[in-house]
Amino acid sequence: MAGISARKLDKVYPGGVHAVDRLDLDIDDGEFFALLGPSGCGKTTLLRTIAGLEQATGGSVLIGGRDVTNVTPARRDVAMVFQDYALFPHMTVIDNISYPLRIKRQARVARHARATEIGVQLGLADLMDRRPAALSGGQQQRVALARAVACHPSLFLFDEPLSNLDARLRLEARTFLKRLQRELGVTTVFVTHDQAEALALADRIAVMEAGRIRQLGTPREVFGRPANTFVANFIGSTPMNLLDGVVRGSTVDVAGGSLPVPAGAEGLVTDGEKVIVGVRPEYVRLSRSGEGLAGEVSILEHLGTTTLVTVDCGDELVGATVPEEDEPEPGAAVRLAPVPGRLLLYRAEDGELIGA
Amino acid sequence: MPNTSRHSDPSGVNDGPAAGAAAGTSHHGAVAVDPPLAAAAATDVVGLGRARAFAFVAPALLLIGVFLLFPALWTLYIGATDYERTGPKHVSPSFVGVGNYTDVLADPSFYNSLWLSLLFVGFSAVIGQNGLGFALAWSLRNVAGWVRRTVETLVLFAWILPGSVVAFLWIAMLDRDGGTVNALLGTPGLAWFVDYPMASLIIFNIWRGTAFSLMLYGAALSSVPPSQLETARLAGASGLQTLRDVVFPHIRGHALTNTLLITLWTFNDFTPFLLTAGGPGDDSEIVSVYVYNTAIRDGRLGYSGAISLLILVANVVLALLYLRMLRKRSVS
Amino acid sequence: MTISDDDARRAAWRMAARIGFYALTCLIAVFFALPLLWLVTAPFDASPTYAVDVPEATLDNFAEINANPYAWGSMFNSIVLSIGTALFVVVGAALAAYALSRVRMPGRDALLYVLLLLSSVVTGTAAMVPLFLLVSEIGDSVHPALGIDSSFAVMLVMAGGLLPAGIFMLKDFVDTVPRSYEESARVFGASPLRILKDIVAPLIAPGLATIAVWTVVNVWGNFLVPFILLRDPGKQPAAVLMRTLYTESGQPNLALLSTFSLLYSLPVIAMYLYVSRKYGFRFHGGIKS
Repeated sequence: MAGISARKLDKVYPGGVHAVDRLDLDIDDGEFFALLGPSGCGKTTLLRTIAGLEQATGGSVLIGGRDVTNVTPARRDVAMVFQDYALFPHMTVIDNISYPLRIKRQARVARHARATEIGVQLGLADLMDRRPAALSGGQQQRVALARAVACHPSLFLFDEPLSNLDARLRLEARTFLKRLQRELGVTTVFVTHDQAEALALADRIAVMEAGRIRQLGTPREVFGRPANTFVANFIGSTPMNLLDGVVRGSTVDVAGGSLPVPAGAEGLVTDGEKVIVGVRPEYVRLSRSGEGLAGEVSILEHLGTTTLVTVDCGDELVGATVPEEDEPEPGAAVRLAPVPGRLLLYRAEDGELIGA
Repeated sequence: MPNTSRHSDPSGVNDGPAAGAAAGTSHHGAVAVDPPLAAAAATDVVGLGRARAFAFVAPALLLIGVFLLFPALWTLYIGATDYERTGPKHVSPSFVGVGNYTDVLADPSFYNSLWLSLLFVGFSAVIGQNGLGFALAWSLRNVAGWVRRTVETLVLFAWILPGSVVAFLWIAMLDRDGGTVNALLGTPGLAWFVDYPMASLIIFNIWRGTAFSLMLYGAALSSVPPSQLETARLAGASGLQTLRDVVFPHIRGHALTNTLLITLWTFNDFTPFLLTAGGPGDDSEIVSVYVYNTAIRDGRLGYSGAISLLILVANVVLALLYLRMLRKRSVS
Repeated sequence: MTISDDDARRAAWRMAARIGFYALTCLIAVFFALPLLWLVTAPFDASPTYAVDVPEATLDNFAEINANPYAWGSMFNSIVLSIGTALFVVVGAALAAYALSRVRMPGRDALLYVLLLLSSVVTGTAAMVPLFLLVSEIGDSVHPALGIDSSFAVMLVMAGGLLPAGIFMLKDFVDTVPRSYEESARVFGASPLRILKDIVAPLIAPGLATIAVWTVVNVWGNFLVPFILLRDPGKQPAAVLMRTLYTESGQPNLALLSTFSLLYSLPVIAMYLYVSRKYGFRFHGGIKS
């Protein structure tokens, strides 16, 4: 078991691409940690640098307090599951799972016993003699996990572990993965571009952009209090409302109306300052009358138990999620008010959070 | 080297130059990766290290260097000496500068062989193999499976059998007294290799080499979108109009590639030696046979070195054209 | 003229075109088949002539092979040359293709370009003079076992000629193998050589087999190189012996020649059938754009 630290970690590719940019990061022992970001943000490179598959061009990586920056992957005591699982097609499931033990020169009988034990644990008992090509996507993924578990590493690294599964299977595998990690208690870092996956699985999430971490926090923090408009935009299955506004005393002029400045931002903004007002559709209350921004319902999108209502407020479009039974008519005049404490204020010039 | 490209690859995966086509269109990174990863893909994957990587490449490079590159370069020097296979000029050849080249360029037998090679390449490859290969590929594309397979297999067998065997088969076919061709045509006693040596070689080489063009055009035709062919049919275009307006624009690149390759191979082909050895007299002494006859038979190594260099230059021109074609195609 | 008349005429015309087309196809098929037919019938004919005819079935001709002092020997020589060369080509090309595919080396692209160029430019025709001289020279000044009349020298020469194209084909093949296999093994702690042995070699085995077959067929049919470099009839492969058999003075022994031709062709035909059954005889990665 081990934590991970990155100190001013830098990775520049020969072509000049700055994939990881002087990055500092601490991952605790036993933590289930997500690296989240759009493609090209450097998350996979960071993972591969932790694994040792990429050589850092600056800074250092520590695993369990030991500086491993210049240590080969073999001596880092990590196990990695690749996006395509990298199951050796010419080996059976049992040989695949026991391959790491074969490298460690365990006897055939011992390593097969261990592989069988893990295979049973992961529900692969009937598949041990098959080749990877004869397995379904979900089974392949579990074999890859089993192989990683067989190494008994102090650290798991998963590169997009669920992305090759179809949507229904993905939910199942997600639950399985989380339970496995809880049972084993091994520090696990995984890379994903799917915010829902990160929110569901991780203890903490690092949201990355252009080789840097834009926010580091628990799923709740990252979802409820995005540190900047980039994270606000990236997290959440329906996009957050981000509206241009101007501070007028203790209120903000926004979308043809005005809203109170949130308590956490009081005293941090000046009169006339340009800001961006952020609020999730899930945190917008829609009513026929009363407080809030006035607007007209333009589009309804059914999301199952809820409906995403797009409301035309002045020049802006504002989204609000309502329970299916409260669905308004298109064209209806409505009022929108943020749930108290859920309104976020960002600086217009750099998009950083002022307060909530 | 000899025959390597000519007598090509039975696996059908690809042959020397065709491998280039593959390289030109190869697909890097089967898995979708982040852009930075694509850059990473070029670095060392298994941790082989640069030293070991060089050691891996070294044996192959050594063999290629000694037995392919060096001989090619050495030709430059040999062609500038009066080196001979035996006698005093074998022991101590002297440097004659461009003497051999001026001799070659003034030698009517060189022009004779060059002319014969042009005939050979032009009629057997550019017109014969190209034309027959395309015609077969086009007409077989919609024909019942077994007819198509039979014809293709026959054509391919002519291509994959060893040169010595096919040469002998044709000697038998064209024999003056008992040959099948004379029996079929009702021309008993006609000595094909004596009376019509070049025509015989050309017919032979069409038979021998059409397979490559057939396969290449077969692949090319399957790349023409069926929807475009159907559009032409709906518009009422005739077969020839369809060929001109829909098919040819698609396969122009393939046609050029094919022509360049079969030109290169046919120009360097040595199998005619097995049929006529250049005879009678020098009536079928194409360039490849001419080099052999002057170098190995007559022992005039320096002189034939000069001819070899001229062949090399012609090959380089053809190959560079071919590589440019490939590059263009992989860009577009 | 009624419409049905017109239709009938058109149908007749189409029928005629169809018949003509099939007749032409048959003619072309016959053109390609005739020489091959002789190859199949003559060896079993009690009194083979140059003409294709229905054989008076016999297997006696195969005894002629035993009677000729060089026949089996030349076949053996062909096997030795083919397998020896294939070994050089497969090992050399595998190592080089792997390194070129996986390790970024300075000048790699230029090297590949030159290799591609060399593979098509330096043909036997263009290089026979320097090759003859080179091998004579090595035999005179280094060791006779590497000079004229050395099978080993022929293998090296042919390996040198086939390697550029071989490296190319194999590199293409290695490029399609996902790197994650090797990376995965690497994270598990396998050493580079271990990865090559456990993971890479089995994965590229089909590619290696392809190169091996391709080399064997090329060497098997090659006439020029052994013809120039091997003078001793006891060392010449079947390709060269064939020529000796039909150019030597007197009436060629057709029973021997035809039977020998067939036997000599069989391995190539067998390999063709094997490859076409396994992979389909098509351009795979080759020309497909």
